Amino acid sequence: MAGKELAVITAFGKDRTGLVAGVSRVLAENGVNIEDLSQTIMQDMFAMMILVDIGKSSRSFDELQEMLSREGGRLGLEVRIMHKDIFERMHRV
Amino acid sequence: MLFSPEEILETISMIGKENFDIRAVTLGISLHDCASPSEKETCENVYRKICACAGRMVPEAEKLERKYGIPIINKRVSVTPISTVIAPCVRGLDAGRGENAAVEVAKALDRAARDNGIDLVGGYSALVHGGIGRSDAVLAGSLPRALSETERVCGSLNVATTQSGVNLDAVSLAARQVKMLAEATGKDKGFGAAKFVVLCNAPGDIPFMAGAFHGYGCGEAAVNVGVSGPGTVKAAVSALPPGADAAEVAEAVKRAAFKITRAGELVGRELAKNLGVPFGSVDLSLAPTTKTADSVAEVLEEIGLTRAGAPGSTAALYLLTNAMKSGGAMATRRAGGYSGAFIPVSEDARMNDAVESGAMTLPKLEAMTSVCSVGLDMIAIPGATPWEAIAAIVADEMAIGVANNKCTGARLIPVPGGKAGETVDFGGLFGKATIIGVGSESGARFVSRGGRMPAPIHSMRN
Repeated sequence: MAGKELAVITAFGKDRTGLVAGVSRVLAENGVNIEDLSQTIMQDMFAMMILVDIGKSSRSFDELQEMLSREGGRLGLEVRIMHKDIFERMHRV
Repeated sequence: MLFSPEEILETISMIGKENFDIRAVTLGISLHDCASPSEKETCENVYRKICACAGRMVPEAEKLERKYGIPIINKRVSVTPISTVIAPCVRGLDAGRGENAAVEVAKALDRAARDNGIDLVGGYSALVHGGIGRSDAVLAGSLPRALSETERVCGSLNVATTQSGVNLDAVSLAARQVKMLAEATGKDKGFGAAKFVVLCNAPGDIPFMAGAFHGYGCGEAAVNVGVSGPGTVKAAVSALPPGADAAEVAEAVKRAAFKITRAGELVGRELAKNLGVPFGSVDLSLAPTTKTADSVAEVLEEIGLTRAGAPGSTAALYLLTNAMKSGGAMATRRAGGYSGAFIPVSEDARMNDAVESGAMTLPKLEAMTSVCSVGLDMIAIPGATPWEAIAAIVADEMAIGVANNKCTGARLIPVPGGKAGETVDFGGLFGKATIIGVGSESGARFVSRGGRMPAPIHSMRN
């Protein structure tokens, strides 16, 4: 795990084509590696959770957040990125 | 995946739907080295030291909000009780000139807070449980002006401890200041009194206002954190199957408290590290706001009351507070501050509904404070209430704290011109309060006796 910095991206919104492609394009273009991905459709709503490694990205956390949020706006998705420590602290003893 | 979708969704839902947030990060700063025989120099030292220590706090806290996706509602500073800091510069001055000097120090605190984007600064305070020193008296005398002529300064007087008993002289002094403070801020419905609290057994690492100060023995500086989460706790209780027993309710609260507290600890520790100061503690208190689904009263009702204030309220609050402590204590390396549950009236919309409907009364609130912290909080009372009646209410609350070896406080707002049953709006998160009548019977002769009520005998606990 050396050098890795993991974060969780969540995206929620109305299902349509190109949602996974749109978000993952932003990640690929900025050196963010997808470690794991889970997606589901809940009552016509698209929900995606992506575990990413931002350790090798040329962008800062704030810049990535800004870009993802902009892409989310374009796709009609509510996109968040949160450092994995918050999930680890809340859900692991 | 490292985390299950359910776990991720739970965290997102806590923040998005259940109003979970970090209520306050509070940087405690020692101002001992700011004391000087010169008033001007004291003010300059205080201003410079706060700027030097807390200058980066707001941007650093905002960075953590983005990193972890959790809002941090208030960024605050607490300082050494100012009665100590002003001691050299008020020495030899008469009361009037001494109070003028003290007010100038309050204004320096206010400027430092404003210039660094700090919401509130606490510690315009004195510890007077064992006696009122000269600079303590000056500070107390200056409270009405200091808190009405500043915007962000909060103050407190600690008038009782389990070790020393209740200082009735200090209780009366505090009650007079509450009255004058409310009158000095009459155009704001007495709101100045909301920036002042009378305390018993005050800990030196409180992150919440108005009682925060950087206590003696707490080092040069420390970051203390207060979390929120009544919405999350309520959701945890409502997710239980119908008919879940009391122990199952407690378990659900404990699990929620664990998660809430771990988030607070994470943010607090990282902020402390980034500011280069030690981490202090997490205050486990459940703190409501005026928002729907962010109310301690709603949690009590979810446990099984038709209304907060109904018979069973004290028991439900005990169950809640105890479970919060149990879950929270495991989640943090150090719990501190009040660590209980707040039951303010104006800051908890549902609690105020209960007061308005008559279900919640002052005696019931008082009874409930014996099983939680931090006492009678944000309670509007009629403006015509004499100071002796305020002193008697405060004395009751202090006795509960002293006898039960716990922190209690009283933050009463005698609304100038206000009468029982009327509603006052303090604005924003301070909320609306229905003025509670205090009755016509009096404890004036008792509180006027003054002196010190002896400390409790703890070998005969009954």
